[in-house]
Amino acid sequence: MLGRTSPRPHIGIIPAVPDLFEKRLVFVTGKGGVGKSTVSIALGLAAAERGLRTIVCEVASQENASRVFKKGEVGFNEVGVADNLWAISIDPDESLREYLLLQLKVRAARDLLMRSRIFNYLTAATPGLKEMVTIGKIWELAGTDRRVKKGRQYDLVIVDAPATGHGVGFLQTPRTFAGIARVGPIHNQAKALDAFITQHETTGAVIVSLPEEMPVNESASLERQLTEDVGVEVDRVYMNAIYPERFSSEEARKLERVLEITQGPPHAAVRAALSQHRRANAQREQLARLQRSIRVPVSTLPFIFKPRLDVGELRRLAGELG
Amino acid sequence: MPSADEILRDRSICICAGSGGVGKTTTSAALAAGLAARGHRVCVLTIDPAKRLADSLGLEELGNEPRQVDPKLFEEADVEMRGELWAMMLDAKATFDELVRKQAPDEETRDRILQNRIYRQISNALAGSQEYMAMEKLFEINHEGRFDFLVLDTPPSRNALDFLDAPKRLTQFIEGRGMQMFMKPTGIATKVVGRTSSMMFSVLKRVVGIDLLADLGEFFQAFSGMVDGFRERAKRVNELLADPATTFMVVCGPQGEPIEEAVYFHRKLVEAKLPVGGVIVNKVHYATEADLSDSGVADELSGPLGDELAERVAANFRDYQALAKRDAHNVDHLARELQAKAVIRVPYMDEDVHDLTGLLKIDRYLFASEAERNQLAAAGTS
Repeated sequence: MLGRTSPRPHIGIIPAVPDLFEKRLVFVTGKGGVGKSTVSIALGLAAAERGLRTIVCEVASQENASRVFKKGEVGFNEVGVADNLWAISIDPDESLREYLLLQLKVRAARDLLMRSRIFNYLTAATPGLKEMVTIGKIWELAGTDRRVKKGRQYDLVIVDAPATGHGVGFLQTPRTFAGIARVGPIHNQAKALDAFITQHETTGAVIVSLPEEMPVNESASLERQLTEDVGVEVDRVYMNAIYPERFSSEEARKLERVLEITQGPPHAAVRAALSQHRRANAQREQLARLQRSIRVPVSTLPFIFKPRLDVGELRRLAGELG
Repeated sequence: MPSADEILRDRSICICAGSGGVGKTTTSAALAAGLAARGHRVCVLTIDPAKRLADSLGLEELGNEPRQVDPKLFEEADVEMRGELWAMMLDAKATFDELVRKQAPDEETRDRILQNRIYRQISNALAGSQEYMAMEKLFEINHEGRFDFLVLDTPPSRNALDFLDAPKRLTQFIEGRGMQMFMKPTGIATKVVGRTSSMMFSVLKRVVGIDLLADLGEFFQAFSGMVDGFRERAKRVNELLADPATTFMVVCGPQGEPIEEAVYFHRKLVEAKLPVGGVIVNKVHYATEADLSDSGVADELSGPLGDELAERVAANFRDYQALAKRDAHNVDHLARELQAKAVIRVPYMDEDVHDLTGLLKIDRYLFASEAERNQLAAAGTS
């Protein structure tokens, strides 16, 4: 969105970091490919480590949790993946079935509806219905009084939310629905969900970003949209995959000179070092730019030089979440 | 392995597809710039270009209509501009409105739809509407025939395949035939016959509410006269996608997951009988022979750099090599899956790309042969 990312003047006083883990529900948002799933699972591990009964919800059947914890498909079940940590992959169709049963209380009535052509047409055609029932399920999971029989009580629900764009639309769904249905049961449900999402004491959001031009722009506008348009409180931004500062500028100048007089592998090594130096510098500029354009605290996470992240790496990352 | 030049020869539409965060917008812009410099009259249809990139191309106010990039910018970057580069930013809502205007049988229907509360809520937010409108705009601009090459940057979907189904889903959505009999704005359920249906309807009322049903009925009714028009249009959009003059380029990153997604996406495109040109892998850590050998780097460098710095340079090099090996492994896997199709590697540049100079740097790789690309990388021109 052009012209929507002008930097905001830096506010000198950063509010005291509210502890994310005191919330009941945290949405992890951000542009595609920034590491939302990684941060969601790491947050889950960190919370579980502190003794909080935590569940990580995936909403687009990514099944990242099952991959990381080497479990079979998690699916629409609350599956234990570590001490105090559970995972679920929220399927909209299953959520709808569950919701209808809770609403109608009679299985036969629910099944009658689910079998009807008209109803299936309606559910397939109604825009945002999938998002709506997904948020409904998240709400149910986070409830102090679970509506599902024998539902486990969680202290914290972490949602690996859809990417920016889709993510804002996702969180706005209850309000959109409340607007479409002016009165009636859907209206009331939607209002309740919206109230829950926008209640700052219980619900928060983190934005995951990368130290690059587009992700920084998008994070700044995402923060604005989440706070101003949706009304969700953004607690923190995690700037992901930050390179270590391995070489000082003085060393870089020395390396430039040495580059000229080397060949073969040493030459390639010096070039890689210079490249790393330039990248690390560019990243720090982007980090500073993000800090200037956003009102919430920014924490950094290190780049992990590993082909694939395993549980061990994620636990290490969990330690860095601060 | 062919270059972008060969893949795009004799084509007139290139659709860049892939999951979010892999550099699709930049790649689309780079392809368009390269094609324009080579003599085509090109328009790139983009979704949400970085402000800095748009600004640097003099396109601050990019909108739903194409605007030309000043050829002087190419001159200043020392590139001969033999064609024309145009760009536009897709606006799903505006495109949807235009489509309704075009398809509505009369003014009354048109106004009824444009002012319908549900339409206004959903024309922006309907899942897949952005994807469909991207296709729609592509179709329209192609139909106008003002350009000899179009490059489409597809929306960042949660699922990169969404846009393939988008036309079908949209038609299904507005069809609503079954709904109408239940939902005449006056007297809901009066037309319902049969006990099961009426039971079903009372259950439906309990869940959904009577007012929402009435509103939906009104909405589907308003659209009912346009269903055939929409369906016909969707059919023609699909024909355009499958046309031999169209080619899909899958864009991805070198990490495991993006590569797997690219493989999956490529397979789906082939299954859908859509023409795939190849895959562009961005941000690759190139590895030349020198990059992969680490024999005595620290020792050799300890003279000019001192032991401590030389060791740090060597340690950093080992990390780089690990990433280069991972990328090479992933790209090999991709190439095997794609068999004879092109895999074009664009290196991880030292700086983010946000101006024409950056795009042209990418072009040197996109429009080069595999051998030339390796030479460029070995010479350290990133």
